[in-house]
Amino acid sequence: MDAQVATSTHTVPRMTAGVGAKVVARDCNVFYGEKHAIKMLNVDIPDRSVTSFIGPSGCGKSTFLRCINRMNDTIPICRVTGTINIDNRDIYDPSLDVVQLRARVGMVFQKPNPFPKSIYDNVAYGPRIHGLAQSKAEMDEIVMTSLEKAGLLKEVKDRLLESGTGLSGGQQQRLCIARAIAVSPEVILMDEPCSALDPIATAKIEELIDELRSNYCIIIVTHSMQQAARVSQRTAFFHLGTLVEEGETSQIFTNPQDKRTQDYITGRFG
Amino acid sequence: MNEHIVTSYEEELALLDKKIAHMGGLAEHNLGLSFDALEHRDPRLAETVVKSDKQIDQLQREIETLVISMIARRQPMADDLRRVMAALRIAGDLERVGDLAKNIAKRALAIAHESHPKPLMTGLGHMVELALKQLKSVLDAYSERDAEKAMAVWRDDEQIDAMYNSLFRELLTYMMEDPRNIGLSTHLLFGAKNIERVGDHTTNIAETVHFLVKGMNITDDRPKLDQTSTTLISKD
Repeated sequence: MDAQVATSTHTVPRMTAGVGAKVVARDCNVFYGEKHAIKMLNVDIPDRSVTSFIGPSGCGKSTFLRCINRMNDTIPICRVTGTINIDNRDIYDPSLDVVQLRARVGMVFQKPNPFPKSIYDNVAYGPRIHGLAQSKAEMDEIVMTSLEKAGLLKEVKDRLLESGTGLSGGQQQRLCIARAIAVSPEVILMDEPCSALDPIATAKIEELIDELRSNYCIIIVTHSMQQAARVSQRTAFFHLGTLVEEGETSQIFTNPQDKRTQDYITGRFG
Repeated sequence: MNEHIVTSYEEELALLDKKIAHMGGLAEHNLGLSFDALEHRDPRLAETVVKSDKQIDQLQREIETLVISMIARRQPMADDLRRVMAALRIAGDLERVGDLAKNIAKRALAIAHESHPKPLMTGLGHMVELALKQLKSVLDAYSERDAEKAMAVWRDDEQIDAMYNSLFRELLTYMMEDPRNIGLSTHLLFGAKNIERVGDHTTNIAETVHFLVKGMNITDDRPKLDQTSTTLISKD
């Protein structure tokens, strides 16, 4: 009698051609001058969930993240080929307004970078330049809701006019998240958002990410495997510019299929 | 498989394997001795088994402590995670095998002064032999990370079940022949049941080895031939 073996956890079916996916990359290549930084990358990133990118330094995960809101456009020698679609629209289409794109695809960086302005103005900045509020009352509403969603309102409601740079590191990072969500983005990119924070501030950001995922497509680059395991539903492992393996987070961390993934997450690389 | 960048991590994983091997060796040894004590009506040997079971229990505690500390300090991932979980599970099964051997040894003490009918002892002897062979194979499968070997053990457990069935019937008949046989027969029946349970723990270990190597559980139902829970011998 032959033993039957469960195959369900073994092969996680790749989502087909963007069905249910928010961000879809096909044959994506990135070059910095001569350097081929991302090689033929194909990935489907689902909406309303958290996807984490992991991999050793220089593997291309941040580079790819920065392609998704065309931050790489600011680097003159950077060249992107292939397609990246958001909601089936090519974001590298020349007719597309990059400023609008960056409102739809928000970004949070490793080091909290609030503007040297008041807490209120930090959050109001985006809605103001995009003309999202018709009145002072409407702007107040946006600022308050964004601070609330970022879990910061309780801590700052009595000092909205004080400078954002006077907050603690963790509060500054949540202010940056509030600033990102103030313009109602659809996708939020986070580039190691907790690596400059202490464990408590990190836990607050992780809790926030978990709350935000019901409304946004969140992509997070992290060097902490435990963080990827904790916050994300899907995980993608990058190595030397290629996407080695992508799948359900629990599968990647218990039963990765590629030896390189296995070596990296168990601490055997090098 | 490459080694971990952190050497002490590698050493701890190796230590887990070593402790399991040690525990497995002891459990095997005690099971063999417990039957020898029964067969040769040797109370001293039986006492040795009862005493040395403490060592198996101690090893299980050490493995548990090590696993908990590794989970807390190293957050094992992927195959490492499966290794520590497998060690924890196998240690639990081996500890039970040790207990079952101890129980057989205690029964050997209880019936040391009764006469042992030869055919029944031969039947029990075959069961122990097979159970030991299975246990040894599964421990080899563990140390060699051989899922196929583990699966062979998993499938062969039905032989032990079949032997247990026939021994069960023989013992019932023997009891019916003469009520004075009931005391001895009951002890032998429990002894046989213990060996059958050893077989079940061995198949648990086989399943764990499969999970360790392949990263997935066996979903199939194991062939089971132990029908004693529904067996009755009619009067005529």
